[in-house]
Amino acid sequence: MTTFEKIQEIIVDQLDKEESEVQRSTNFREELEADSLDLFQIINDIEDEFDIKIESEEGLTTVEDLVKYVEGQIES
Amino acid sequence: MDKKTIIVTGSTRGIGKAIAAFFLDEGHNVVINGRKDLSDDLMDYFNAFDGTVHVINGDISDSAFAKKLIKDTRKHFGSVDVLVNNAGITRDNLAIRLSDEDFDATLDVNLKGTFYTSKEAAKVMLKQRSGHIINMSSVVGVAGNVGQANYAASKAGVIGLTKSLAKELAPRGVLVNAIAPGFIESDMTDQLTDEVKEKALTTIPLNRLGKVEEVAELAGFLSNQKYITGQVFHVDGGMVMNG
Repeated sequence: MTTFEKIQEIIVDQLDKEESEVQRSTNFREELEADSLDLFQIINDIEDEFDIKIESEEGLTTVEDLVKYVEGQIES
Repeated sequence: MDKKTIIVTGSTRGIGKAIAAFFLDEGHNVVINGRKDLSDDLMDYFNAFDGTVHVINGDISDSAFAKKLIKDTRKHFGSVDVLVNNAGITRDNLAIRLSDEDFDATLDVNLKGTFYTSKEAAKVMLKQRSGHIINMSSVVGVAGNVGQANYAASKAGVIGLTKSLAKELAPRGVLVNAIAPGFIESDMTDQLTDEVKEKALTTIPLNRLGKVEEVAELAGFLSNQKYITGQVFHVDGGMVMNG
């Protein structure tokens, strides 16, 4: 499973959406109507899944932002 | 009635034990928690009820244990429906004689421990989109008490924590309330001299100590309601009345 697929799975599960609705370019707040509690829950699950720490949700607007952030953390 | 999973911290004696017994008597799954192994007598006592008992011992002032408590409960019973943060300690002394260590130790268990377990339980409850957190405060946290600056500060802190959590978690249907017991008959009050008890009674309009079961009944009520959150309920015979 790629980083994107894992993150997609977490978002689908958390927000109760279809996979097709969660693509790389998808915007959390505008397209998925996620509020800050949703975002923090997604971040929590991602932290547990990848064993990383996401210090701030700032700049994480789309799914792609999240994928890039996680990949950057895993590489470092 | 639906079978719920309830964690009661500090449930090997006193109020915690009565709350655990109350939920077990109703047939729920109950996680018992203390810092030491349970005696055979106590295990027999809990096992005699209709509900299912699971013991997870450890110290809630250790955040790693708090995480484990919630994780293991979910693994064992499949959900966390009610968390009763009851575990607490006292290290009484007049403020000018109170050591930094005794102040910290009391805050560590009573306030920080309550935060650690609530934080982990909240993650599960948000996902479930339901749940109740019931925090044990004290009248002392509202009114203060001679010789209990540390305990009072920790229990006042629990009230602030309760109200903040209630606001944060309300959008997902997770309700958070606090109970503030007054003088309740327990091992702790058994040790008081008759003179201290007599004096205490003069401050209680209902003129008697409370029973642990009376606190447990309120916890039971709170775990079933859906429209009360961020509130502090006094079970104190009228000792402290708020406007």
